[in-house]
Amino acid sequence: MNLTLKVWRQKNSSDKGGFVNYSIADISEDMSFLEMLDVLNEELSEKGEDPVHFDHDCREGICGMCSLHINGKPHGPQQTTTCQLHMRSFKDGDTITIEPWRAAAFPVVKDLVVDRGSFDRIIQAGGYVSVNTGGVPDANEIPIPKKIADEAFDAATCIGCGACVAACKNASAMLFTSAKISQLAMLPQGKVERKERAEKMIAQMDEEGFGACTNTGACSIECPKGISLTNIARMNREYFSAIVSSENV
Amino acid sequence: MSWVTKTFSSTLGRKLLMALTGLFLILFLIGHVSGNMLLFKDDGGQAFNEYAKFMTTNPAVKILSYLTYISIIGHVIVSIILSSKNKKARPVNYADSKAATNSTWNSRNMGVLGTIVFIFIVVHLQNFWAQMHWGAIPMVTYESGEFKDLYAVVNLAFSNIGLVALYVVSMILLGFHLYHGFASAFQTLGLNHKKYTPAIKFIGSAFSIIVPAMFASMPIFIYLSTLK
Repeated sequence: MNLTLKVWRQKNSSDKGGFVNYSIADISEDMSFLEMLDVLNEELSEKGEDPVHFDHDCREGICGMCSLHINGKPHGPQQTTTCQLHMRSFKDGDTITIEPWRAAAFPVVKDLVVDRGSFDRIIQAGGYVSVNTGGVPDANEIPIPKKIADEAFDAATCIGCGACVAACKNASAMLFTSAKISQLAMLPQGKVERKERAEKMIAQMDEEGFGACTNTGACSIECPKGISLTNIARMNREYFSAIVSSENV
Repeated sequence: MSWVTKTFSSTLGRKLLMALTGLFLILFLIGHVSGNMLLFKDDGGQAFNEYAKFMTTNPAVKILSYLTYISIIGHVIVSIILSSKNKKARPVNYADSKAATNSTWNSRNMGVLGTIVFIFIVVHLQNFWAQMHWGAIPMVTYESGEFKDLYAVVNLAFSNIGLVALYVVSMILLGFHLYHGFASAFQTLGLNHKKYTPAIKFIGSAFSIIVPAMFASMPIFIYLSTLK
């Protein structure tokens, strides 16, 4: 198929940037979206032009590195990561608009690459277990109901791609932050530090300049892992109970 | 910063204030709509005027009314603070956005709806509340004593089709605001549960249709009765 790509080009973080149109021919519908961009970049390189910069790594939908706001939606028209999006989701003759994630906390580095270091700093603020949990205990020593284990695992499937922030009208990081807080708050090792974790991670989230939640639900719908809004409610419970009962005056 | 100021300067603390003031205003709406149903009573406005006097003189009602003023002002101020933070969180907008595929229009435009509802509240207070407190209102005498004839003021106001239209449109927009706000407040408080959330959503939807419809029926009813 033949396509027109309307791609956001920006030299660096201080450049104003703008859209550039590219025509691309003979794209197979079996190609992934990123393979299609590889073809474009090969053509650009051969012409001696600067290729379009975009983030990618595993291309298996598990690392959270790829991003791209495609035709008005994070990760494009399917509920999946951009690397798992295939060209059969598009028609011959389509114009595809490709933009970087738009958020003050995700500054554009170059073209379609944004710096998602703000997510790392939220995790660094408390998204871990620092208590000494010792050696591997017997599996039956710490009974965890299947339902709780499943729910914690569902929260843990967050790959930190930032689609929630990209989809949210307020560029809020609450779905991401709540997924990590939930995952750890539901399991015995994580419960020990739950209060401090909630306070610190939320303080960091605010510090990074993410917006507030309006409960529109856009984040969960666009999340490639389908992280549920119940995590945000749980984070709020964790936070409200932490502020009234923690030792931090 | 103490833990209290730290909490209320965090986004979640401010969201908590939005939810609590919003829920209080929902309770206020229940009281307001129930009392005003007296406008439909066919007694020349006696019950309504007696009720209006009670509402402006009873000390317990006074406390509730001050809480209502605080809630309205608080809800507005905190929403302005949150909205400005939200705007700053996305300095560059998308050239192409298909937000309609992942969220409802009213959930994305709570600020717009709220602003219009707030303007309506100001007009509404000027129409009746300010008249009742400081306006020159005709007096009417029943067996139980002398009363300000607010009923006559209401009748006069709603003989104006323009004002009736303004009230009806405002109530429709309030309905959209509540349609998202009601359930959203519970979610913000962290009250999301398999057993109760479907019920909260159902009650919220029903509330946001029924209560504004009841309010809107009042100016329509009075306008129609003044035509006779």
